[in-house]
Amino acid sequence: MFFGFLYFFVPLAATFFFSLHGKRGVLGFAAYRRVFADPQFLTTFTFSFEMAVCTIVVGLALIIPTVIWIHLRAPWAKPIVETFSLLPFVIPPIVLVFGLIRMYSAPPFQLVSSPALLVAGYVVLAFPYIYRAVDAGLRAMDLRGLTEAAQSLGAGWGTIMFRIVLPNMRVSLLSAAFLTFSIVIGELTLAVMLAWPAFGPYMALVGRDLAYEPTALAILSFLLTWGLIGLIQFASRSLVSQGSAVGGAH
Amino acid sequence: MAFLELNGVVKRFGRLAVVDGFDLAVEEGEFVSFLGGSGCGKTTTLRMIAGFETPSEGSIRIDGTEIVPVAPNRRGVGMVFQNYALFPNMTVRRNIEFGLKVARWNPAEARQRVDEMLALIHMEDLAERYPHQMSGGQQQRAALARALAVRPRVLLLDEPLSALDAKIRGQLRTEIRAIQQKLGITTIYVTHDQEEALSLSDRIVVMRTGRIEQVGTPFEIYNRPANAFVASFIGQLNVLDATVLDPALGRLAVAGQEVRAAGPVAAALGQPVKLSLRPEMLSLETGDSAANQLDGTLANIVFLGSIVRLVIGIGGREIFLDRFNAPHLALPAVGTAVRLGFPREACLVTGGEPAAEAEPALSKAI
Amino acid sequence: MTDRPAGPRGALTARPSSSPRRAWLGIVPFALFALAFMILPASSILLGSFQDEHGAFTLANIAHLARPDILKCYLVTIQVSAVTAVAGGLFGLLLAFSVTLGGLPKALRSGLLTFSGVASNFAGVPLAFAFIATMGRVGIVTVILKTVFGVNLYEHGFNLYSFWGLCLTYLYFQLPLMVLIITPALDGVKKEWREASESLGASGFQYWVHIALPILAPPLLSSMILLFGNAFGAYATAYALTGGLLNLVPILIGAQIQGDVLHDPNLGYALAFGMVVVMTACILAYTALQKRASRWLR
Repeated sequence: MFFGFLYFFVPLAATFFFSLHGKRGVLGFAAYRRVFADPQFLTTFTFSFEMAVCTIVVGLALIIPTVIWIHLRAPWAKPIVETFSLLPFVIPPIVLVFGLIRMYSAPPFQLVSSPALLVAGYVVLAFPYIYRAVDAGLRAMDLRGLTEAAQSLGAGWGTIMFRIVLPNMRVSLLSAAFLTFSIVIGELTLAVMLAWPAFGPYMALVGRDLAYEPTALAILSFLLTWGLIGLIQFASRSLVSQGSAVGGAH
Repeated sequence: MAFLELNGVVKRFGRLAVVDGFDLAVEEGEFVSFLGGSGCGKTTTLRMIAGFETPSEGSIRIDGTEIVPVAPNRRGVGMVFQNYALFPNMTVRRNIEFGLKVARWNPAEARQRVDEMLALIHMEDLAERYPHQMSGGQQQRAALARALAVRPRVLLLDEPLSALDAKIRGQLRTEIRAIQQKLGITTIYVTHDQEEALSLSDRIVVMRTGRIEQVGTPFEIYNRPANAFVASFIGQLNVLDATVLDPALGRLAVAGQEVRAAGPVAAALGQPVKLSLRPEMLSLETGDSAANQLDGTLANIVFLGSIVRLVIGIGGREIFLDRFNAPHLALPAVGTAVRLGFPREACLVTGGEPAAEAEPALSKAI
Repeated sequence: MTDRPAGPRGALTARPSSSPRRAWLGIVPFALFALAFMILPASSILLGSFQDEHGAFTLANIAHLARPDILKCYLVTIQVSAVTAVAGGLFGLLLAFSVTLGGLPKALRSGLLTFSGVASNFAGVPLAFAFIATMGRVGIVTVILKTVFGVNLYEHGFNLYSFWGLCLTYLYFQLPLMVLIITPALDGVKKEWREASESLGASGFQYWVHIALPILAPPLLSSMILLFGNAFGAYATAYALTGGLLNLVPILIGAQIQGDVLHDPNLGYALAFGMVVVMTACILAYTALQKRASRWLR
């Protein structure tokens, strides 16, 4: 246990320490200031941020109705969809992006230069996590019981969706959103291969040229991820679900 | 000297005494039940005998030897758990064999012993099954056989039937008792189900909040409860408000009528007390002049199958009168006045609220 | 943007029975998406590995996988994955054990699980940077070891940018992943089993050998297989750490995509195909073992 702590915390501590060496001989946040001053930092971060939001919106819009439909009308489809959630493991990002490029670089589906392809790829990457979060949320609320009760009271589907189902899923929606966000922000493979000015490639670039800024970035990204996951854990304490955030961003 | 003795056993968690002074002497071959609600300390006491909890104070002896300092795997005490706890990676045969393997039995003898056990629980053809392939009842029988295979000195059962459904519970109950009697093994059985305790035990220990309320045979516990708690815990009980008219003669006033207890009542003149009556002790025949009589109104008739229950209102309370069903039963109409009769021995007089405190019985039923 | 037909919400009615045809409707959007962005790209890779530059069918690409340098590449990748799977598996097990069956306080348990949740995602570029800052040539630990303890890591042959350095870095997300996966299995070990075995006379050692280990073996194995697959497919960390120098299959594939000296997309497809084969084998083994595990640990 003790060695576990050592192993985990030493690199973090070292990185933080390293990042404070912005100016020669002085311990300070100079590196951080330079990072924030770099215009590229803002542009790439903003780009990734936008991509993350798009991914969240598209992903949720696609998956929530599907999962609800499966729960209510097509339970037989559940194993099929669950198998698909294993797909991003079997087809790692590097292979996925390869396939995407091959398929969509020529007419009639020339999507390679469109950010839509990136978003689609991100949705595929985030799909297992979003699916699991939404599924857990729906299971926890006895979807069938609630919808049938609402229907017997005369509610239409619009009301059911927006006044009953979605509000009761707040926690899992948040969880899915935060998780997707953290995946997309740091994602490298798809962004590099599809040649987009995203945050991941930016960090890699910085790492190639500069010495201390990369570590500052690493600390920032770690804090961001930690903060998001921490929020998820905090929010999901009301949802008794296990194993929420699993996996590695490749 | 008894075979299993517990003396002054106390178990504290922090400052809370979960078991507070437990004394019991169990003879060899006896079947004793620990009966009580949840939190009464019965399971903790059992686990102390098994060795999974250590007493804060007191001693536990088996056959004269103190076992508290002995590790659980050396006590020779077998245990059957509520959730069976069969080893999922082993067949029934291997499960039963496990204790024998650990004790380094000769393989041929071990095999024979396992066959004996399988025959005892009537599961010879299920020997090669895995736990997840069997029903709850089958698993529990296998767990029993596993515990008995090593010939333990004492057999402990921790609510073994709670996880099973009612029908299986009934069947397994009789099976367990039959096996226990056949093998003559000293047994402690923890349960919260009074029917189980009554039907299985040689003696029952009724417990509440870590203390023993009463120890006795099922007959004694039911018919001569030591206090209001035991009386209300076991079986159905009718409770009426009464006032003492004459302590020495045991005369009480109930709803403006007079009732006589079987003996003197240990209460002051005019003291409000509770009169408790078993439903089966009441009857609509009032012939015997020495018996008590009470007038009331028939509020409802409930048909429970073999029992017909008459709900009668007396003095603002409702009491039950149970009688056996008969094809040509002639019963009064609901709403009419009825007269009840009951012997003086049926009166149990207690000083306060029946189930809340351990009020000692104020009268002795002979 | 991807076109999405109007969602199935409008199509849902309160009819008690749904004809199979209508039930299909709701799955359509997802099915389209899965088709377009999961199935088709994957199959196009599959197809591509059997085609040459002119699109004709050929087995040459697969044959090329047998080239010694490619085989070496696979070997190295397998080695990295195996090492981190086993090491991450064992240490992760120890860590998880200490907070479940080992009886450390509950607060430590939730702390460990939360941290594992974060750390298992902390792969890729930031992780590489963190390790460079720690164990790189001028990393903090390297420097401390040199100045305070007089031990020069790099002179002793250690190199962060080598096989073992990569393994060490990968462990940072493998270990937490193991903790997360194996904790539910450890929770499923009922304490009554231990008590039953004690009441039957068994010692602690006998309990572990005959009962606990056989029960935990399938989930342990399946978790390690999952870890293996996780490491095998990892790209970003290796890329950020070594800039594409290390001889790993994902890096090689990446090079084919980006067009390097050996630019041969069809080879790349074959490589990708090989990788998918490995991953599929992993996931099949994992599911098979999990089925067995869940039966016993229910």
